[in-house]
Amino acid sequence: MLRILGKIQRIGIVTERLPKIDEPALEEVGAQIKAKLGQMFNGSLAIREVDAGSCNGCELEIHALNNPYYGIERYGVHFVASPRHADMLLVTGPVSRHMEAALRRTYDATPEPKLVIAVGECGANGGEFGVSYASCGAVANVIPVDAVIRGCPPTPLDLMRGILQAIEGLPGRK
Amino acid sequence: MTAAWLTAFLGRLSLREVPVQEEPASGLAPAHLLTVRAEDWGHLAHEAKNWECRWVGAWGEDNGEALLVNACFEREGVYLVARTQVPYTAPALASHTPNFAAANRPERHMQDMLGILFTDHPDARRWTRHRAWKKTEHPLRRNFPAAGNPPAQTPPNDNYRFLFAHGSGVYEIPVGPVHAGIIEPGHFRFQAVGETILNLEERLGYVHKGIEKIAEGRDAAALARLAGRVSGDSTVAHAWAACMAMEKAAATEIPPRALALRAIMAERERVANHLGDIGAICNDVAFSFAFYQYGRLREVWQRVSREAFGHRFMMDRIVPGGVSADLDDQAANAMKRQIASLRQEVATLSNIINDLPSIEDRLDTTGYLGPETARAFGALGYVGRASGMPFDVRKDAPYAPYTRFSVEVPVFKYGDVAARVKVREQEILESFRLIEKLMEDLPPGPIRTDWKPAPAGAEGLGFIEGFRGEILAYVRFGENGRIARYFPRDPSWLTWPTLEKLVRDNIVPDFPVCNKSVNGSYSGHDL
Repeated sequence: MLRILGKIQRIGIVTERLPKIDEPALEEVGAQIKAKLGQMFNGSLAIREVDAGSCNGCELEIHALNNPYYGIERYGVHFVASPRHADMLLVTGPVSRHMEAALRRTYDATPEPKLVIAVGECGANGGEFGVSYASCGAVANVIPVDAVIRGCPPTPLDLMRGILQAIEGLPGRK
Repeated sequence: MTAAWLTAFLGRLSLREVPVQEEPASGLAPAHLLTVRAEDWGHLAHEAKNWECRWVGAWGEDNGEALLVNACFEREGVYLVARTQVPYTAPALASHTPNFAAANRPERHMQDMLGILFTDHPDARRWTRHRAWKKTEHPLRRNFPAAGNPPAQTPPNDNYRFLFAHGSGVYEIPVGPVHAGIIEPGHFRFQAVGETILNLEERLGYVHKGIEKIAEGRDAAALARLAGRVSGDSTVAHAWAACMAMEKAAATEIPPRALALRAIMAERERVANHLGDIGAICNDVAFSFAFYQYGRLREVWQRVSREAFGHRFMMDRIVPGGVSADLDDQAANAMKRQIASLRQEVATLSNIINDLPSIEDRLDTTGYLGPETARAFGALGYVGRASGMPFDVRKDAPYAPYTRFSVEVPVFKYGDVAARVKVREQEILESFRLIEKLMEDLPPGPIRTDWKPAPAGAEGLGFIEGFRGEILAYVRFGENGRIARYFPRDPSWLTWPTLEKLVRDNIVPDFPVCNKSVNGSYSGHDL
């Protein structure tokens, strides 16, 4: 136990504070997310992630949002297990036809008002897989999409910016 | 040079009056190619089983005249590809599943995709096909267009006949395809009594994206990009396997520097995944300390990958003929420094995990996979190695640049979640050593050669040790340097079925940690 405590103390908090030179600060994006969520979502945004046919690359980067560097929960964003608890769906993949019904049902199970973000090149436009007998391509081909985050896969910071833009784009919501 | 067992094996087949023809296999080398009559397909598997061969994979191909079927076996690092053909009119073949449990799903996949009937297959249910295409349609047949003829809305995959258990107190838990975490989709059906799992049945195929079909007609560069997305966490290994297959078909020599860089990337990919998975395994038993510590290490590791090669996963960095990103001195030094500090950190964390009684209580004896079951399924990677199966392509059938080094492969017999964690811990340290060695004598020179398309009909086979184990990639070129057939076999095809076995008699709450310790790829399995 002492070793665990010692390790925790020695490592300290690694959550990133300083801005990168060539990209806007994570803190800055985070602070904006936090402020917007305060205004529009009572301080907390619940996201249900749905893999609708991705290669798993996007999932790994979405996972990274929860590592201590990005620690997205500190800005009020958390991932939930059920669409019933979600304000937002984060959907990845060219929607495989075998996931089409599951995605529609997940969308229907998410209470209004809801936001849908299509993540990655595949979610945006079908990516390397396109539209075929096995895949429907872009998420927007299956359910209504409010915003898109590009990248293959988008980096954690790209994801945070995309989430911010999506909630900023909400008209007249309080 | 032919292996001694192979000569004896062929002799035994001829004694049994199974005529086999050993063909020159330029692109498939060092694998041996054997053609057999369709009626001897079952005998071949029976004999291979007698010789304790490992069943590696199987794939079919519509060559325009008939349906070709290939099966690959391995023993002592020597690969054997058996090939036969069946006519369109009556495409039936004996199944390899009675002899090799591992052949079950791949044969059902072939049945769905090519319409080949495996006559004595113990399970006739469809596998890859849900409802996106009709029973009478077979996507890998030539007359099936890649666009297909899908219904306006694909209906859900109901009416699949799951195994049914009944009795006092038996209940069923359906899970998925949409899971509770940030994870790929698939369906699990549990039968349980109280907390104890009686049986688990996996129903996958939800992420089928038609990779084999949409590969057709691509050029080499486009195939490498597609291969890099068979399974996102193994992007380096799959792209390398596909490129190796194409390069063998085209008889292209790769510059030594490119080979070393490929290996550095592949080892970095292995480390990143092991770091993330060990943390996630600990998280599944509510030890969040380790989850955050390993998550931190994975993040810093990925950042250096980006600094060195320009992408956190090193996607699209392996291209036909070489690599697309060189390693400069600054990034190489960053890598060296990072390895020096992580070696210490990983050792400290490993000691904490391995000494903590509450972790021991959750991981030791949990999800036990016996050596016999592991052997029957031909389990690969850390799943196989934790159950006494030492096979590692880098060591047993080495490819450049691993021909220059010896690779230490950790092997345990306990077969539980704890053993799978230990294998991963040791593989991380071994990868550190290999990366250092590769950087020490990094050859100078170009990082890629010009790609010259392969002649029509040329075929190639690549084997790469990915972080989950052996990856097989088969490629055949058609006209104008375009791909006629691409088949990637992710190790998940062989490790997913072991999960069904190793969770039995465990409690339902231990399923997540058992699952994570195997960490099969859905995308790589469903293709």
